[in-house]
Amino acid sequence: MMKRLHTVHITHNQVVIDGVERRVKSCGKALLTELYNDEVGDYPRFFKMDMLCRLGFVATELLLKAEGKPRFEEGDDRAVVLFSCSGSCLSDMLFEETIRHREACFPSPAAFVYTLPNIVTGEIAMRNRYHGETNLMLLTRRNDELMERQIEGVLADSTCRSVITGWIDAEGEDRFEAEVWIANGI
Amino acid sequence: MIKIIADNIYSPLGSGTAENYDAVLQGRSRLRLHEGKWGLPEAFMASLFEEGEIEGRFASAYPQAEDYSRFEQMMLLSATQAVAESGIDASSPRTLLVLSTTKGNVSLLENNSCAVTDSATHLSIAAERIARFFGNPNLPLVVSNACISGVCAIIVAQRNLQSGAYDNAVVIGGDEQSAFIVSGFQSFKALSSVPCRPFSVNRHGLNLGEAAATVVMARDTAREGWTLQAGAIRNDAYHLSSPSRQAEGSYRVLRAVMKGFDAEALAVINTHGTATLYNDEMESVAIQRAGLDAVPVNGYKGIYGHTMGAAGVLETILTMHALDKGTLLPTRGFDELGVSCKLVVVTAPTPTRKHAFIKMMSGFGGCNAAILMNKR
Repeated sequence: MMKRLHTVHITHNQVVIDGVERRVKSCGKALLTELYNDEVGDYPRFFKMDMLCRLGFVATELLLKAEGKPRFEEGDDRAVVLFSCSGSCLSDMLFEETIRHREACFPSPAAFVYTLPNIVTGEIAMRNRYHGETNLMLLTRRNDELMERQIEGVLADSTCRSVITGWIDAEGEDRFEAEVWIANGI
Repeated sequence: MIKIIADNIYSPLGSGTAENYDAVLQGRSRLRLHEGKWGLPEAFMASLFEEGEIEGRFASAYPQAEDYSRFEQMMLLSATQAVAESGIDASSPRTLLVLSTTKGNVSLLENNSCAVTDSATHLSIAAERIARFFGNPNLPLVVSNACISGVCAIIVAQRNLQSGAYDNAVVIGGDEQSAFIVSGFQSFKALSSVPCRPFSVNRHGLNLGEAAATVVMARDTAREGWTLQAGAIRNDAYHLSSPSRQAEGSYRVLRAVMKGFDAEALAVINTHGTATLYNDEMESVAIQRAGLDAVPVNGYKGIYGHTMGAAGVLETILTMHALDKGTLLPTRGFDELGVSCKLVVVTAPTPTRKHAFIKMMSGFGGCNAAILMNKR
């Protein structure tokens, strides 16, 4: 059994926190930067991140603010397990561009690392000092029953008390969606 | 109780677990230096299938099959064998398909065949096509958790079986190599131009490899098989591409899976052992911190290279089979210990009567996983 605490929903032009719409000025990629500037501001790593990670990062920042508990305490009782459809497809295409012309082939490690879809969960764990489970699973479409079963499974680990989880997908700079929440074991 | 009831390895060393096991015991490897491959400016050492090898085998096995990519064919050639051996009904709604892969069909991008909106390279699409091959009606899961994907997929499958929603799970791990992946690892300066030397003082990086490996898992079965005793996944919360100096996540997974289990019963710890400076050093710290440094360790990257999505599954299978034959497999490429914590590295086939082992993994994104396997 589990309880769902707080929900943050972000699309290219809308932000809803626990059912209440938050007013925003920008849309698309700029919306994420606006949220970063308004709500965080002191974590310049944000600007190194790809779209998927920026989306996951700001969504969880808003989520943890809504939770209102002390932040950045080291521990392994919180997991970060996210679900996606397109995964790292945007970063895949960016990296592919850098090797397309073999005579000018300069792949960058910073670009390559974001071609792993699980990096978003690592970014969130690193930011918050979570040593709990991190995982990313891909589905052709969102399926809440299947996702819930996976989250129950994560909570079956006796060390785990809560999971930051949800759906995260970035298909383009103007096409993305994140709905994240905290699942607590009962 | 969750057991592994059938398995398969399909690699450049052979088709089927038995063929692979024999090749490994004979000290064989398909690690070769590839020069000019895919037009890449820099040569690289890797274990790859011969050109056309997968396609030829697939076409003769399934002449009526629809158009599958090379990656999908490789995965299917492994999965179909394991499913046949298990005797389970892969088309049943009580069977779950779990795919473990990091980059799946990413090589299709190279052919410029995908527009931005095209989903052909989505990992979930590959999984759906594989599910359709088996006529499986469930939404398949893809675990893509960097290098630890295979071990994670086994843990995910275990939990799904324990939930009671399924009776069987087919876990298929694999990755094909491509200019995309090789150039990415080259950009990290992580690749060795000679066969890799896990845990050795002279190690200078990893080799890549391609393979597919499958385990079929079942709940509450009377059949003989290895039991998945415990599994854990933890994060370093330290850095995206280099492991924690204190082996924070890796130590925590070892501690978690060993809870209440006697280290004396462990035959071996099968490591990630990539032969990069950082990984091997970190694993030695984790093993020592967990108080497991008296347990023999081995690693298979000097045989297969790093097979990415396959690695966790393939290396688990090989260790199960070795212990079934009462043997610890050697760490090909190892010469002289080059990590700060004293490890007992297996260097030659060694007899054992123990029937438990740990498979451990670490990967980009700071993730770590371990499973404890046991056979009574």
